[in-house]
Amino acid sequence: MSELTLTVMRLGFLAVLWLFVIVAVQVIRSDLFGTRVTQRGARREAARPQQQAARQAPPPQRQQSGGSGRRGRNAPTKLVVTEGTLTGTTVALQGQTITLGRAHDSTIVLDDDYASSRHARIYPDRDGQWIVEDLGSTNGTYLDRNRLTTPTPIAPGAPIRIGKTVIELRK
Amino acid sequence: MSTTNQSTHHTSTIGSIGTPSRRNTELALLVFAVAIPVFAYANVGLAINEEVPSGLLSYGLGLGLLAGVAHLVVRKFAPYADPLLLPLATLLNGLGLVIIWRLDQSKLLQSIQQAGTAAPRQLLYTALGIALFIVVLIFLKDHRVLQRYTYISMVGALFLLLLPLVPGLGQNIYGAKIWISVAGFSIQPGEFAKIVLAIFFAGYLMVKRDALALASRRFIGLYLPRGRDLGPILVVWFISILILVFETDLGTSLLFFGMFVIMLYVATERTSWIVFGLLMSSVGAVGVASFEPHVQQRVQAWLDPMHEYLLSRQGVGGHSEQAMQALWAFGSGGTLGTGLGQGHSDLIRFAANSDFILATFGEEMGLAGIMAILLIYGLIVERGVRTALAARDPFGKLLAIGLSGAFALQVFVVAGGVMGLIPLTGMTMPFLAYGGSSVIANWALVGILIRISDTARRPAPAPAANPDAEMTQVVRPS
Repeated sequence: MSELTLTVMRLGFLAVLWLFVIVAVQVIRSDLFGTRVTQRGARREAARPQQQAARQAPPPQRQQSGGSGRRGRNAPTKLVVTEGTLTGTTVALQGQTITLGRAHDSTIVLDDDYASSRHARIYPDRDGQWIVEDLGSTNGTYLDRNRLTTPTPIAPGAPIRIGKTVIELRK
Repeated sequence: MSTTNQSTHHTSTIGSIGTPSRRNTELALLVFAVAIPVFAYANVGLAINEEVPSGLLSYGLGLGLLAGVAHLVVRKFAPYADPLLLPLATLLNGLGLVIIWRLDQSKLLQSIQQAGTAAPRQLLYTALGIALFIVVLIFLKDHRVLQRYTYISMVGALFLLLLPLVPGLGQNIYGAKIWISVAGFSIQPGEFAKIVLAIFFAGYLMVKRDALALASRRFIGLYLPRGRDLGPILVVWFISILILVFETDLGTSLLFFGMFVIMLYVATERTSWIVFGLLMSSVGAVGVASFEPHVQQRVQAWLDPMHEYLLSRQGVGGHSEQAMQALWAFGSGGTLGTGLGQGHSDLIRFAANSDFILATFGEEMGLAGIMAILLIYGLIVERGVRTALAARDPFGKLLAIGLSGAFALQVFVVAGGVMGLIPLTGMTMPFLAYGGSSVIANWALVGILIRISDTARRPAPAPAANPDAEMTQVVRPS
């Protein structure tokens, strides 16, 4: 084998190896998933500007349902964390009690400085209506904007706020 | 300015970018990652035997098939997983196979029975490793299941670490007792203990981290933990010292203690643990080195490799020629290397294709090649850390950090040992070096990382429409 061929192969191999590294780094660059700004015509974002930065992934073109029409017909099937460090976590609702708090045996372990170790629980009553109850937490549990004092039925889509975490029940 | 413009200007929303699954990117990179070793294989054959090696097709198909099956399993069972981990690991494994085959061709190594049939065996180990990778992806649906086995993992890890000390089972290979021999196979249990121990540390620290992080006093910029909170780190330190004394392997000892310190730091965000960890490991290493002869030999070979080499050549003592030979191999490689198949790293003889395989890379691919290899390792670690950052649950975060930290430490310990930065140890370069345990365990490690990254990168479900939203009309001035 001629000296020239081997030299070309040697340099070619190094070049290909480095090309692979560069391609891999390019993939990482295009893979940075963070935030992006979506232009949209809805009005509600302007109404609540302080929540814009925290809200995750609203699909740009979304059909908003016509208000209170279908409330209570279908029971919610899952609980979704929509804000906070656990965003995206879902728990299927199968008639079990869901406990929320920093204690590590909670159904949803909140990693949130404003949450108590046993903060709140969500459970179905006899009619299958889901109820949220504050378990004497320090900073309180909010349904929509009201601080809970008694066990309260949850309307579908109503945000339950615990510290920086927001939870919703979905169908 | 028109009204429509203004309205769009004011109603922008900040949301997370929907993470695409990136499986096609992975496939493209995987094709690339299989093509490079095939090219290298042809290059080695042309350089040594002046012909394209006859096994080129079967080798290429074998590696391609394994990578393809792994890719299909990832596509089916972990569709949102990180696109880089699998191609990077495949490339390293493929290049390792090429260099092992290249050393098999050496007449010198064949004559002293150090090599000859290592490459086909390594291909078999790779197949076993990828099989384990597939098993992990299929059966481990959710990494949080591992959290249930926190304390079982502790017992399992201790058992694996103690196995080499069992009389009759453990093997003392050139001083380090980190091997066991079962039915003719040598197994390095420490490689598997690494993964099991990461599971234990993650489960344990997740529960205890608040106590370890919050109860502390501040003293010259450092948070000093209370005396009783030092318990866990002392126990792990003590065990790693025991490993150093009884198994006489600095690498294993450093790996386990380092992994614990990294995870402790990540779990508690207290820099003081790193300071404590560095102090304790240096005290431990120096202390043990002062009385353990095998460790002393390693330290001498590190401090003055030339002296040891000459003593060994003259047959008057001297314990290791290889440390010096490895340095010569790196030196003769220069910047661009001698070319694949054209170096003389087979002169290292013993362990040329396992512990010292990096010296062959250094000689034949030069500084440029070694840098690319180390960058590829760095990228694997980076993807692991990225997975930990993206993971939503604390257990997944800690496990991903622990596994990638252990991987990084192992690369550092081996590369540092071969290059003369730290004393040599008996560990092997992940994926590159010849050795079944290492390849199989590291494929399992990558499998767990891919599982965590799939959970972490799965797109969050879109929040439901707020029924109150369209009822609110905002009247904005201007």
